[in-house]
Amino acid sequence: MSTRLARLRSDAISIAPPFVWLVLFLLLPFILVLKISFADLKFGVPPYTSLTELKDEALSLTLHLRGYLLLLSDSLYVSTYINSLRMAGITTLVCILIGYPMAYYIARAPERIRHVLLLAVILPFWTSLLLRVYAWVGILRSDGLLNSLLMNLGVISSPLEIYRTDLAVYIGLVYAYLPFFILPLYATLVKMDLRLLDAAYDLGARPWRAFLSVTLPLSMPGVISGAMLVFIPAVGEYVIPEMLGGADTLMMGRIMWSEFFTNADWPIASAITIVMVSLLLIPLIVFQVNQAHRYQSQGGR
Amino acid sequence: MARRLAPNAPSRLGQWLALGLGFLFLYVPILSLIVFSFNDSAMMTTWSGFSLRWYKSLFQDAALLNAAWLSLQVALMTATAASVIGVWAGYVLARKGKFRGFSLYVGLVSAPLVIPEVVLGISLLLLFVELDSLFGWPGQRGMFTIWVGHTTFCMAFVTVIVQSRIRDLDRSLEEAALDLGATPAKVFFKITLPLIAPAIVSGWLLAFTLSLDDVVIASFLSGPGSTLLSPEIFSRVRLGLKPEVNALATLFVGAVAIVVLIASAVQRRQRRFQS
Repeated sequence: MSTRLARLRSDAISIAPPFVWLVLFLLLPFILVLKISFADLKFGVPPYTSLTELKDEALSLTLHLRGYLLLLSDSLYVSTYINSLRMAGITTLVCILIGYPMAYYIARAPERIRHVLLLAVILPFWTSLLLRVYAWVGILRSDGLLNSLLMNLGVISSPLEIYRTDLAVYIGLVYAYLPFFILPLYATLVKMDLRLLDAAYDLGARPWRAFLSVTLPLSMPGVISGAMLVFIPAVGEYVIPEMLGGADTLMMGRIMWSEFFTNADWPIASAITIVMVSLLLIPLIVFQVNQAHRYQSQGGR
Repeated sequence: MARRLAPNAPSRLGQWLALGLGFLFLYVPILSLIVFSFNDSAMMTTWSGFSLRWYKSLFQDAALLNAAWLSLQVALMTATAASVIGVWAGYVLARKGKFRGFSLYVGLVSAPLVIPEVVLGISLLLLFVELDSLFGWPGQRGMFTIWVGHTTFCMAFVTVIVQSRIRDLDRSLEEAALDLGATPAKVFFKITLPLIAPAIVSGWLLAFTLSLDDVVIASFLSGPGSTLLSPEIFSRVRLGLKPEVNALATLFVGAVAIVVLIASAVQRRQRRFQS
């Protein structure tokens, strides 16, 4: 009995350290955000009221709903949420349209070339995203590479206004997150049992028919994983809309940032955070369930 | 049996088009940075001759160099801490099976992968502000607070990489060592760790680059006098083009290219050695 207890204790010790770090620096801070989202704005440091108060030897708890009420009443916040979700959704769709053929052809390329192509997808990961997004400023500006190329070719007579518009943000988002879509999809496609395709062909399926009824359904877990890896971070993206978007490009990350730093309204910034994370929880759960499903279908190793 | 060609040989034209345009999209921005870092003109459209003037002004920019040095230190500390904790967490997830709190553990480990950085930045800032008003610690925000934020963010990536590598390991090697009387700790350091070393190296490198690249968390968690490179670049370029940044980016790409070449050479040698 005592040895079992000792083993249990040593097990707990060997499991604990990463857990303690995460509870301390991930869970606890998030609980604080939740707490402050129910606080009221106050002038001072820190700029929010405390929820609990010791008055006349009685502990009182006051929850302010100001942050949440403001979110609901001011149409700016609602439209920012909708706009962020829409921009992330369109980005995800475009990533699927560009990334699926890429992942497919890489997975079906001869093995030697496959590794080179895969490395070429991963390589941009290792260079700074900030600097790569910055490169798009030079390409998209009215006096930038793209416009001067198109004007020299005679395709357009006056420069296209792309920089500082939503279109530029879409380009930046797709550019930044495309590899996140390609990699999980590639992993699914490359593991696919090609004998299934042989069978489809034996049964007389044409290439497109075989693709639609064999390859596409089998690759759906990869598509979903990839889509989540694009959609979820894109919703909260701050750097890309700030660098490429116009003043009217509304995204949640930007609003949170400006409420926090410019307006120093910590309670509402916290309320925005809480609502955003709750909205993201739905796709997150889809993602987790999908992962678990995949895990089981691989024999539950 | 030879597999028939048809299912594996998709249309050549489609293949060229999809891959060609895709890689063009991924690489044109990088190439344009490199080319225009050697341009004498400050414009990114007109080529007015080869020049190293942007490299020169880069190396005379004390604020930028200072920020780069701080970033390097933070990235080294982050990558190391994130690797230690990430390997630990990955090992726990892959080998300790279902224990009480397992789902919470999994959720916490994978949360930084999907939670927006703005959320991580805000929540950690609130934690440090609260801690400071309760205990008078950590006081001024700076390298330490950024390091905590980056480590929390980066360890998730190390965990994922290491965890899948451990899952792929042949367990019988570890079991054999245990049967021969080695302690679990000895088995981990003598057998498991060397076998997962490549995964740890790529996790370390990924954490290093993520830390170097981060703007958002560092902006929330830095104090006066602790500006890192990425936030510094970000605040400079958000209002337009700065040609020195092209030079900086080119140096980045060059460094990455060298690391990747060395890594692939090492891997090739290892593979030859193993076969």
